[in-house]
Amino acid sequence: MIDLYGISYGIGKWFMGIIAAILDFFGQWIQPFQGLADWLMRWETLNVLAITIQVVIVFLFVSIINLFIIMWIERKMYARLHTRRGIMLPLPFRKVQKGTGFLQNLADGMKLIQKENITPKNADKWMYHIAPAIIATTSILVFVAIPLSETFVVANLEGGLIFVFAILAIAPFAVLVGGWASNNKFTLIGGMRGAAQMLSYEIPLILAAVGVILLAGSLNLVDIVIAQQQTIWFGIPLILGLLVFLVAIVAEVERLPFDIPEAEAELVEGWATEYGGMRFGLIFVAKWVRTYAGAALITILFLGGWSGPILPGEIWFIIKSYIVFIIIVWTTWSLPRTRMDQVLEIGWKRLLPAALISIAIAAALKWVGWF
Amino acid sequence: MKGTEVAQAVKEKFKDLVSNVSFPRDRVVRLYVPRESILPFCKFLRDELSCEHLSLVTAVDWPENFECVYHITSYLEEYMVELHVKIPKDDPKVDSLSPVWKGADFAEWEAYDMMGITFVGHPDLRRILLPEDYLYYPLRKDFKG
Amino acid sequence: MTDIWINMGPQHPMTHGLFNLRVRVDGEIIVDANPLLGYLHRGVEKLCERRDYTQIIPLMDRLCYVSSLTWSHAYCLAAEELMEIEIPERAKYLRVIALELQRIASHLMWLAAFGPDVGMFTAFLYAMREREYILDMLQMMSGARMNQNYPRIGGVRNDVPPEFTDKCLKVMDYFDGKRKQYERLFDDSAIFLMRTQGVGYLSKEDAMDLGVTGQTLRGSNVPIDMRTHDPYEVYDQLDWEVQVEKDGDCYSRYKVRMNEMWESTKIIRGALKKMPKGPVRVKPPKRPKGEAFRRTEDARGEALIYIVGQGETSPYRVKVRSPVFANLRAAPVILKGNTYADLLAIMGSIDVCIGETDK
Repeated sequence: MIDLYGISYGIGKWFMGIIAAILDFFGQWIQPFQGLADWLMRWETLNVLAITIQVVIVFLFVSIINLFIIMWIERKMYARLHTRRGIMLPLPFRKVQKGTGFLQNLADGMKLIQKENITPKNADKWMYHIAPAIIATTSILVFVAIPLSETFVVANLEGGLIFVFAILAIAPFAVLVGGWASNNKFTLIGGMRGAAQMLSYEIPLILAAVGVILLAGSLNLVDIVIAQQQTIWFGIPLILGLLVFLVAIVAEVERLPFDIPEAEAELVEGWATEYGGMRFGLIFVAKWVRTYAGAALITILFLGGWSGPILPGEIWFIIKSYIVFIIIVWTTWSLPRTRMDQVLEIGWKRLLPAALISIAIAAALKWVGWF
Repeated sequence: MKGTEVAQAVKEKFKDLVSNVSFPRDRVVRLYVPRESILPFCKFLRDELSCEHLSLVTAVDWPENFECVYHITSYLEEYMVELHVKIPKDDPKVDSLSPVWKGADFAEWEAYDMMGITFVGHPDLRRILLPEDYLYYPLRKDFKG
Repeated sequence: MTDIWINMGPQHPMTHGLFNLRVRVDGEIIVDANPLLGYLHRGVEKLCERRDYTQIIPLMDRLCYVSSLTWSHAYCLAAEELMEIEIPERAKYLRVIALELQRIASHLMWLAAFGPDVGMFTAFLYAMREREYILDMLQMMSGARMNQNYPRIGGVRNDVPPEFTDKCLKVMDYFDGKRKQYERLFDDSAIFLMRTQGVGYLSKEDAMDLGVTGQTLRGSNVPIDMRTHDPYEVYDQLDWEVQVEKDGDCYSRYKVRMNEMWESTKIIRGALKKMPKGPVRVKPPKRPKGEAFRRTEDARGEALIYIVGQGETSPYRVKVRSPVFANLRAAPVILKGNTYADLLAIMGSIDVCIGETDK
């Protein structure tokens, strides 16, 4: 079976083969080159190269292609909800100002990169600069463990779900650090709110996934999808868990109606107020990546992952995750913002019991022997 | 309540303190009181004649004296009292109405800021629209900009 | 956590206009609030003393850029009282139509600001979409979309074009049809109710004591509307009701404004039906003497203009009562004890317009 690793290994071997041949050719005159060529073609070297290529492929998928698509979807989608057209500019040098505007995000990104990197005078410089980096890296790191299909996966970890939750849980720390280090009242309040909210929503998030773990009997994300292929989508018996997970993931990625940490009306831009240029861009982009990670997790845990007829698994996965993403966008732009105490109340008083009930349902189903 | 009835009631209580009573409209009464008796007068208006609302405090700079004009509304009886108080130029002081109506202090702030009339008993008299260290009172006629 | 002062403004997304609301918070709870004004002070009252009676009308238009017509109208009404002139019947009806159109436009602008305040950006574009049609109507009447400069002392500047009635009725039909959409967007949203119901309570006694007027007062169960309390133009001949809500919270104030918008369409329909033919303007005298005041119901509350004339071409003193100025006095009282996030909903429900506050 050809998998992502196999493809990467093949690409690496082909590429290294060319280099090794060239080196071999020069090795006729310069002896050490022959040894170098031999080393390049060894399995250990090629293995490292294959893993690197794998990571690069996933990184490209997550942060370039996929990111542009979801940003475009969101911007077009909420523009239509607002009864306007949204981004339309095709290319800067075209005279006619109509089109899909797909490259608008690229232009925005380029603008952000050109901006000066401003550090506030009394900010804690190291902490201030490291916070967006932590958020961006951890957000992309989630996709290491998320399989697009049985074969399209970087690391098929035994405890994949644990890994994903662990990585998602680093962000509140960075939010707090970023908010504190900016040395601004708005960012401080935003950081405090962000940390409190993310911590309190991690619990229903994980508890909602426990039901799935019970039914699948595994923490491995590939195994969870295979278990759904053998029975039914877990979203059908665990509809309550699905809803809890959806709400918790929206809160986890700080989207409306739960974007209290960066409630722009009262806290300007929340904990990200002082960031400018590409640092702000990283935070902004990381939010989208995290939203997509949430949509991908929902797809894997509740909607049968890549299972589907005719089309290849990867395509099915992307279709499903985009639909979930669109649902998240839809709720985002049609609801007002909740208040801090209400958010915590919803988290602890509504979502937590609902998640526990979902676990009980899963346990009962398992006990009856249907799964 | 008609303006004439209001004037009747006020005259019974305050006798000759009230002067120059006129009726610009049916339910509006315009009258003058001396500045010493403004506080008891307004208390009487609020408690006995149900004037719940102080609409406006205006200060006018006449050539010989200042004048404070209070527009006081009764929601219940649907009439309005336009109260004029003459204030001498060399001593621009008048009792604050904030003990009577809580909302009076904002209107008085503005009169102080623009015309320089000191309201005695005001909880926190300071510049509100103009800078704290501004030296002039711009709505006075001798202020030429 | 110790208390901290937070400056909300003059450059802050919360402030709809230039003012600084200093808020003292203990964690998330507001302990104290203090509005600082004066960033937009233009000395309108002083300027009035140097201008002709007619020249003041455009100046009054600029008092509030959201509902400029109500201000120039309030001034004209007071000036007519001073000059003791009666305006033609048709001009009265035209004024009522223009005023109510302006009131709808102003309330829509408020809604467009209130939506993002509670985090619903979609509301902004919805309200702006409807506002376009209302402004089109105002443009048809007066030739301008903002700062119409339409009322004159002694009537209005010009008559409306003949096709105005049909078009205006069409717009009113369209606007009435949109009511359901707004109700579904706001009133059916559980989160919106969570954010506004029971938040920012202002009791009836406090509201009257603090000199609060307009929708804030009517939201606190005091049925006072200057259009019926001290009738001007032809409001007493038209069929409409004063909108009152009982609870005194942000939702009541929101509800009063929303109901008022559709009550205004009723007034406009009635006025269009009853409007007689005839002249729209009489010539005012040049040098009036005496003093006069008139109260009108501005889009935000009770507007009172007091004019003193001394037989000159320009008035001796003009005083403007800004409703928002008095309503801002109530803001610290309402804010105390609420959470920091509620500040948005509360300040949004008061509907602050700094142009008229700072004068």
